Amino acid sequence: MKEPIVRLINVDKVFGTNTVIKDMNLDIYKGEFLTLLGPSGCGKTTTLRMIAGFETTSAGTITVEDENIHDKEPYERDVNTVFQSYALFPHMTVFDNVAYGLTIKKVPKLEKKEKVMEMLLLVQLVGYEKRKPDELSGGQKQRVAIARALINNPKVLLLDEPLGALDLKLRKQMQVELKRLQKKLGITFIYVTHDQEEALTMSDRIAVINEGIIEQLSNPQDLYEHPETKFVAGFIGESNIFDGKVYEINGEELKIETNSGLCAAYGKNYIVGENVNIAVRPEHINYSKTPTEEVSLKGRIRDFTYVGNFVKTAVVMEDGKEIKISRFEMDNQLQEDDQLFINWNPTKAVVIRANEK
Amino acid sequence: MKNKMKRKGPVLAMAGPVSIWMILFVTLPMLFIIYISFMSRGTFGGVVYEFSTESYTTLLSTVYFKVIIKSLKVATLTTITCLVLGYPFAYFIARKPREVASKYITLIMIPFWTNSLMRLNAWLLLFQTSGPVNNFLVETGISSEPITFVYTDGLVALGLVTSMLPFAVLPMYSSIEKLNKSLLEASADLGANPKKTFKNITLPLTFPGIFSAIILTFIPSLGIYTVTDMLGGGKVLYIGNIIKNQFGVIRNWPLGSALSVLLIIITGLLIFVYTRFAKVDELEVV
Ligand SMILES: Nc1ncnc2c1ncn2[C@@H]1O[C@H](COP(=O)(O)OP(=O)(O)OP(=O)(O)O)[C@@H](O)[C@H]1O
Ligand SMILES: [Mg+2]
Repeated sequence: MKEPIVRLINVDKVFGTNTVIKDMNLDIYKGEFLTLLGPSGCGKTTTLRMIAGFETTSAGTITVEDENIHDKEPYERDVNTVFQSYALFPHMTVFDNVAYGLTIKKVPKLEKKEKVMEMLLLVQLVGYEKRKPDELSGGQKQRVAIARALINNPKVLLLDEPLGALDLKLRKQMQVELKRLQKKLGITFIYVTHDQEEALTMSDRIAVINEGIIEQLSNPQDLYEHPETKFVAGFIGESNIFDGKVYEINGEELKIETNSGLCAAYGKNYIVGENVNIAVRPEHINYSKTPTEEVSLKGRIRDFTYVGNFVKTAVVMEDGKEIKISRFEMDNQLQEDDQLFINWNPTKAVVIRANEK
Repeated sequence: MKNKMKRKGPVLAMAGPVSIWMILFVTLPMLFIIYISFMSRGTFGGVVYEFSTESYTTLLSTVYFKVIIKSLKVATLTTITCLVLGYPFAYFIARKPREVASKYITLIMIPFWTNSLMRLNAWLLLFQTSGPVNNFLVETGISSEPITFVYTDGLVALGLVTSMLPFAVLPMYSSIEKLNKSLLEASADLGANPKKTFKNITLPLTFPGIFSAIILTFIPSLGIYTVTDMLGGGKVLYIGNIIKNQFGVIRNWPLGSALSVLLIIITGLLIFVYTRFAKVDELEVV
């Protein structure tokens, strides 16, 4: 039975006249790795800061272990934060930085030393305890920040784009390390990132936020395969999104009329004439040089892009819309400006109701 | 380690032209003063170029010694008062948005636009026996008769503090303003209440600013003679007035120089302590 540890109930946050978080409801379970994912300025940091206590909620309630934390100061809350800029204390050594939480609690020296060394071992920084933060690399600073936040044994660890400042290789490595750490300690992580790949690889669940609203909350696979909104379909991975109208319904098989032509998809509980979006991943688009099936959209190849391990083909449809097809290898039969007919297996297309949001 | 070496390079390069300037306008005059301090006094004032340590023996005589101690005491008190009043004020401004903060800074600077003698005269007028302050005290019955403020240590201290306060506030403001707010949040996040955060984070990190404030208030409070002359009425003697008198009135240049050397030594000591505490690149220059 999953048990919520942090709950956001109808939370609003207003800065001046700008409503940044709108009626947010979110249950975060004990021991899970939950990621807040969304574009810059969507309110991820603000959400974390409300949980940490650096911002007050404008409306609604936040509870930690069923206790309303509204009136608790940040230093009274059992959550700890790993800041994006690390926020290490520059005048203290690595040891003193990590020990800070215990120093504040007046933990006896010996016990403190033992715990600090335990933490440094955990983040693989033994031997660095006498260094000052400006004598560390970005990745090492990051580890100090994590060790420092973990030493108080928080119920929940908040991480605000903790890997944002690292280069790609180190970031990938730290992603794996962080995820392992989280599993090992069993602490609830609330993780903020705007990197969807990072979110998909690390999280148990992902909350996709757009303009202060949770668009979808689900596990990485569902998020990728069954986006519920047009925004999520466009934001997670790459999708070709067509605007259209339901034209014909045959059981669960839908024919949808788009500006680029008629196409097929599956869906339940739609009515004829309803506005919908269809999202199809570039890797799910089939093509041929001659029209083959009943539903087949016509276009012309604009160009090819090599993206390391696969090739993207850009096709301009008759109405001017550009779509992308991706394959692992270059198809030698294709050339720029060739006419191309595309279609897809209707089970691979995701239909999204257009009226919402 | 390497890092620090690298940083010193540009500092030294920049010091090149500066050092020529320093030699011309600081080192040479200073050497001259030291030189004079070891000469003898002429019968009718001025300097007789004969080696003598007379000035220094005079300096250590009880009369002068007492004045020096008293001056140090007043300068210390002034400095402490400036810190105690200035730090919260600097903190308050530094936490305001920039536009607001710059308005406060302008307010602090306003006294500099008026002549200091005029400012001091204003204090005298305010506090004289029939001045507004005494009138107020008598009329409200707080005091049954006018109080003598003029030419007391108290008024001198007030004058010193008001003259020095801006020099204390500005460097402290600049170092508090530079303080990264997320450090304070990190401290709170780790369980420190505001008091502990102040003690563990804010205070140590703004220490360079505090030390600049100490130097910028302590040294002038020792040397300034306009304040002590005017508000102390020349009756109360401080090292600053004595130096001025030795050069201007009594014309004992060697003794004046010896006193100046003493001031320079005190200053040097302070700056030495400062550089021991703060790294080169943390020095606050206002
Ligand atoms: N203190 C504040 N005062 C006014 N507006 C604020 C404040 N803090 C944040 N905002 C606004 O709230 C919105 C959300 O900000 P937030 O920092 O939560 O975004 P974010 O999702 O963390 O973005 P990023 O990925 O860029 O960090 C932004 O439009 C921002 O301008
Ligand atoms: Mg943010």
